[in-house]
Amino acid sequence: MIDLSIDCGGIKSPNPFWLASAPPSNSAYQNCKAFEQGWGGTVWKTIGEPVMNVSNRYGGLDYSGEKLIGLNNVELISDRPIETNLKEIAETKKLWPDRAVVVSIMVESKKEVWHDIVKRTIDTGADGIELNYGCPHGMSERGMGAAVGQVPEYCKMITEWVTEVSTIPVLVKLTPNVTDIRFPARAAKAANADGLALINTINSIIGIDLDTLKIQPTIAGKSSHGGFAGPAVKPIALHHLSQIAKDSEINLPISGIGGISTWQDAAEFILLGSTSVQLCTVVMHYGFRIIDDLVEGLTNWMESKGFLSIDDFKGKALEQIEDFGNFNLLHKTVARIDQSTCIHCNLCYVACEDGAHQCIDLTPENGNYKTEVREEDCVGCCLCSLVCPVEGCISMIRVDDESESKSWNELMADFEKEGKEPSWQNLEEFKKKHGIVIH
Amino acid sequence: MNLADKLTQEEYKKNFEELVSPFTNNSAVTEANRCLYCYDSPCMKACPTHIDISTFIKKIATGNLIGSAKTIFYSNWIALTCAKSCPVEDLCEGACVYVEKGEKPIEIGRLQRFAIDEYFSSGMPKLFNSKPKNGKSVGIIGSGPASLACGAELSLLGYDAHIYESNEVPGGLSTWGIAPYKMSKADSLKEVEMIKGLGVSIQTGVTVGETISVEELFDKHDALFIGIGLGESGRLSITGEDLEGVIGALKFIENVKEENWSSVNVGGHVAVIGAGNTSIDAATEAKRLGAEEVMIVYRRSESEMPANDWEYRLAKDDGIIFRFLTSPIEIIGNKSVEGIKCIKNKLSEPDKQGRKKPVPIPNSEFEIPVDMVIYALGQQPKLKFINSIPDLKIENNKVLVNNGTFQTSNPKVFAGGDCINGGKEVVNAAYDGKQAAHGIDKYLLSNKD
Repeated sequence: MIDLSIDCGGIKSPNPFWLASAPPSNSAYQNCKAFEQGWGGTVWKTIGEPVMNVSNRYGGLDYSGEKLIGLNNVELISDRPIETNLKEIAETKKLWPDRAVVVSIMVESKKEVWHDIVKRTIDTGADGIELNYGCPHGMSERGMGAAVGQVPEYCKMITEWVTEVSTIPVLVKLTPNVTDIRFPARAAKAANADGLALINTINSIIGIDLDTLKIQPTIAGKSSHGGFAGPAVKPIALHHLSQIAKDSEINLPISGIGGISTWQDAAEFILLGSTSVQLCTVVMHYGFRIIDDLVEGLTNWMESKGFLSIDDFKGKALEQIEDFGNFNLLHKTVARIDQSTCIHCNLCYVACEDGAHQCIDLTPENGNYKTEVREEDCVGCCLCSLVCPVEGCISMIRVDDESESKSWNELMADFEKEGKEPSWQNLEEFKKKHGIVIH
Repeated sequence: MNLADKLTQEEYKKNFEELVSPFTNNSAVTEANRCLYCYDSPCMKACPTHIDISTFIKKIATGNLIGSAKTIFYSNWIALTCAKSCPVEDLCEGACVYVEKGEKPIEIGRLQRFAIDEYFSSGMPKLFNSKPKNGKSVGIIGSGPASLACGAELSLLGYDAHIYESNEVPGGLSTWGIAPYKMSKADSLKEVEMIKGLGVSIQTGVTVGETISVEELFDKHDALFIGIGLGESGRLSITGEDLEGVIGALKFIENVKEENWSSVNVGGHVAVIGAGNTSIDAATEAKRLGAEEVMIVYRRSESEMPANDWEYRLAKDDGIIFRFLTSPIEIIGNKSVEGIKCIKNKLSEPDKQGRKKPVPIPNSEFEIPVDMVIYALGQQPKLKFINSIPDLKIENNKVLVNNGTFQTSNPKVFAGGDCINGGKEVVNAAYDGKQAAHGIDKYLLSNKD
């Protein structure tokens, strides 16, 4: 029996899928509807300071006919009063005792104001608090959101205000709009946060309508950067996640966020150390009903891999993350093209010829071209296999005998021992010895 | 009877290979991603079994193929046959929102087939939990799609479902009635195997009323389901129809479905009487078996023709000749068919029901030299069998059932498929059978004794 239940810093839910703090988790109506359909938890859309929203608020990034691979927003935190939200949170929690109800909060930078909102939130019966240090627009100009998340000292100070009075777990939600996300994360750790949530949205301008010359979204002729989310941000989120999960100073449970749209995305986040995952854009696109495939797909995959619980694979991919200097320079792969499935689009050729290392030949054959890799010249960059439209047609084959390994760091250490300079000449000698030819 | 020359094995193979090729994984995912994942989608509503189409397609897109099959089977047990034989352009694909947008609809049938093929080749892992056995037993007569669907659903509901099939090979029209270039016999049998795997027992070679009596069935089972389909095509009732070389379309198609192509004799010049989908199947199969010339003779005009567009295009692509506004009046020949005598028709003004009747044009008789006549005038109900079951009411040649429960006028007897609708699609039978299982469950639950 597969068990999807999780405990993220003391916040428990029957499955790892939570609604992110965002429009889908705005009200009791929505959160209860999501729970009915099977969502494991929710992070209630941020409650706090009085705000007013503008119309309109979103810009969509479409690519190659695919709608909404990215979504940019200038929507603020909840535009409903704190009292209304707290009442609905209490009602929701009462109806759904087994689901995780986490409340995202954001107030002005005054200790007593934070103390007050934390206590009132605890009174609702909520399972946890998420601190919104990431909102990149509107709130940051007022000294909140990303303005806190970008300065580790503020992050630590406010988190302390919260943790010193909170009796329920506190997650700190981090902004990616920093040079190194580990610093605010370490600050949260130092302030006794129970966990981290990342990433919040990325500063962005989605594009300009070339007919009207208006930046999207346009608000009565004006626009600004917004927060970018959706499938396009996933690789950036995975990177930030891995940085935090690998950091030995931090060592906190993580709720992963950033472009998660499918159960596969969720599995990847968990493999890089997330305990729960939060979703938003995909729900804004397709509705709560996607939970069926998320739960079922993840369960089926876990079954096929022999994983019985989320812990069985949590962080399993992290050990591969390594500094470039420790990669094996003698690992050698070459591209092989399966002539029987090649459809003669020649995209591998042009990509290699113009965009990479000129190691594919076109040979006329039966009115078409045969594409062939000159393996002795192939550097194994794998670009051709990425552009090939036919599944399995180009594969990367390992050709070194796997007997030797030498990383850049080891090589430099060898050089130092042998009193050699890390010069081009000495490098050439190393390459020659190992048959590495760069033409 | 002049026989058409036999073809080489390669030619047969080419002529009868599947018209619609399966998706590769890559192309299935690409097509699945083109689906908009509509909410409460029109395609779902257009499917008689209401498969949650956009959800099963979404699951193909995410690689949750077992989940995709589960979504399909949740609504329809006869999913592979439906994927391959449904007139999708009239159903799900015709309702696809892309059609309204003026674009190519999602290839729903092909995607469904992809999901089911993947499920079958992955060793058919268990998808649903059955209710505990309740000790009750249901006898199912016939093993076509309605019966299989009924048996599968009953099995899940905790019943012993036992199917009686007079043929040696189960599957009914799924096995015997679908043109081989749409679906092979083996595919139908895979579906049968899956349903057996759910716990349904199938006894073949037993004819109810002969091998086993109706009374015995009533004694053995708590309820019965009749999924007997229809019988032979109506007769032409013209001179010469007993000549050698005259054959009913269903019998002809069944011969072809043996998939022993060279053993099926076909004339050099073939006339097919009638223009429904069955006639098209018979005509194209005759042509693909090597007939030199095949024509469809139909008494009304192109616009009244019951065959759907896809079938019509297929026939035209195969070089089938259509003789509209033509009625056969005599089959000519001594021992075997030598020709067919026809008369030209014109259409009357529409009657009260809006139907235009064909009216023969005097002195327009003419002869067409043919050596084989295949007739497909619509199948007739199996009245003899139906009448052997006590208190079974029929109306317009159809077994009368309650719309929701599929219960007949005999409370212990339920029915579905062609015998209640006069001959519709496999997908209608699949729906009937499943719903009837719930009707039976409701009936037997309220009759606890």
